[in-house]
Amino acid sequence: MKLKQLAHARQDYSYGFLDEFAKRELRRRMLKAIALPGYQVPYASRELPIARGWGTGGLQVTLSLAGPRDTIKVIDQGADDSVNAANLRRFIARMTGVETTDDTLRATIIQSRHRIPEERLREGQVLVLQVPDPEPLRHVQPDIAKARAMHADADYAQVWLGLYEQLVRFGRFMNGASYPVIVHNRYLMSPSPIPRWDTPDLHQAAHLTLLSAGREKRLYAVPPYTDVRPVEFEDVFFAVEDQRGRICMLSSARNKFMDELPQPDGSSRFRISDTGYVAKLLKPDQAERGATYYDDDGRFYIEGFIKNNTAV
Amino acid sequence: MILLPQLVQTTPLLRVSGLHKRYGAVVAVEDVALDLYPGETVGIVGESGSGKSTVLRLLNLEEPPDTGTYQLDIAGYVADNIFALDRLRRRELQLRHIGIVYQNPHHGLRMRVSSSGNVAERLIMAGERRFATLRSAARASLAVSEFPLERLDDLPARLSGGMQQRVQLAKAIALKPALLLLDEPTTGLDVSVQALVIDTLLRLRRERQIATLIVSHDLGVIRTLSDRVLVMRRGQVSSAGLTEPGARRPRNTRIHSN
Ligand SMILES: Nc1ncnc2c1ncn2[C@@H]1O[C@H](COP(=O)(O)OP(=O)(O)OP(=O)(O)O)[C@@H](O)[C@H]1O
Ligand SMILES: [Mg+2]
Repeated sequence: MKLKQLAHARQDYSYGFLDEFAKRELRRRMLKAIALPGYQVPYASRELPIARGWGTGGLQVTLSLAGPRDTIKVIDQGADDSVNAANLRRFIARMTGVETTDDTLRATIIQSRHRIPEERLREGQVLVLQVPDPEPLRHVQPDIAKARAMHADADYAQVWLGLYEQLVRFGRFMNGASYPVIVHNRYLMSPSPIPRWDTPDLHQAAHLTLLSAGREKRLYAVPPYTDVRPVEFEDVFFAVEDQRGRICMLSSARNKFMDELPQPDGSSRFRISDTGYVAKLLKPDQAERGATYYDDDGRFYIEGFIKNNTAV
Repeated sequence: MILLPQLVQTTPLLRVSGLHKRYGAVVAVEDVALDLYPGETVGIVGESGSGKSTVLRLLNLEEPPDTGTYQLDIAGYVADNIFALDRLRRRELQLRHIGIVYQNPHHGLRMRVSSSGNVAERLIMAGERRFATLRSAARASLAVSEFPLERLDDLPARLSGGMQQRVQLAKAIALKPALLLLDEPTTGLDVSVQALVIDTLLRLRRERQIATLIVSHDLGVIRTLSDRVLVMRRGQVSSAGLTEPGARRPRNTRIHSN
């Protein structure tokens, strides 16, 4: 028998672009991250034919998870059709042969930048979030080594001091996207720059969330059915962005997360940011619609979890 | 070492012995021993570079000594050499039972955090998570240190030196510590402001009776505030004695009656 017969046929790329060692390393890091919810696990971020900062962290996770039977959805700020999302989707499909979809319910892996879809994810689905900056303590402790010691000690007093200062100066919490959360009663975590509206979706979620920062070479996870609580005071509460009074110009729906489109006359129109969901609203007979995190009156599906969903 | 006779029977709150610390070739502290009794204020004087601040830093557990034992008569820590505690217990002790005021407010305060926030931070660190409680406790503590309450939420950078020291003091006493360390709390202030801060410290001493170590260049300050004085020279305690009885408040009777 000849060596040539024993070896694989030559291929231009490994399956999923990354070589087998890289994928194995990433999977091991993911397992560790799942075992320590919210803990940032370092990994060797590989070179990809896409520049750092354009979703390479999420991409590496997706590429090492995807198999031929997966169905993948990629969104950027809720949109399936943005250039970046389309670019990543095409690359993933070419390298893994997976099927792609815009339908949240059909996808097995959803890679996203800055949003969680409006329809509730279910058991078995994986949400991969692209993370520009994984360190929630960055603005209180720029020294990474010290920040890691603070995580080790669960020394998060300065985060609440930050909240105190916001209340004293502005009368309300000023954090927008990337609202810090405590995971499993232990680690402080940045949920990536998702709006506050999406942050509660991570609490006791049925799906697995993997968050990965390619440039910073850190990944972390929220396993299914894990407590994820936004930082707040016992007497002043976390609040989501107020979507009341906003009506989607395409679907006339309310109480979903809206993009604001400024008009020439100074007014604003609104459009549901989750394009896959809008498509379903517009063609109700063509696709099954799942239960959403917020109902049509803006109530979050876990009663009492958001104690204040009326503020700005 | 000379002690007030009536104090001899009580257990000291703080007992330090064999304290050594060197930085490279510089011997900063050499074989210092020190007792501090409940409610007592002890002054440390000495020329520049004699190791006074280093002693306070060591007692505040900011850095480890080369050798030394440090005992505190505080529930939960009685049998321990404080220097040998693990990091978390050290931090817990430092947070709950020791307060410190530095000569330079930049060491003791976060300049980009409001004055009340600086004080509230101590309570947050101790686990308080109610905004209303933080607010009222910070206000109360600042009131005790006679800080002008209308400036409650000003940044320390916008305050006068005397006010900054009062914020430091409020922060130091916010959790009602057993031990208060004052490192030249009035040095660098105008004489008139100095006098006011000293008045506050005197009142605090009368009302709270926190065991206090105060470091100063200024013998007058030490004389006004402390019961006993230690003189440091080249890292060692070169002499110890009572401050002039005539100049002191009549404290002995009160301690005696405890
Ligand atoms: N972190 C350090 N690194 C190196 N040397 C130090 C350090 N801290 C203190 N020293 C040295 O230790 C000695 C004692 O310093 P310390 O600050 O305790 O003196 P001090 O009595 O407080 O002086 P001052 O009255 O000027 O504040 C000095 O010689 C000082 O240079
Ligand atoms: Mg000094």
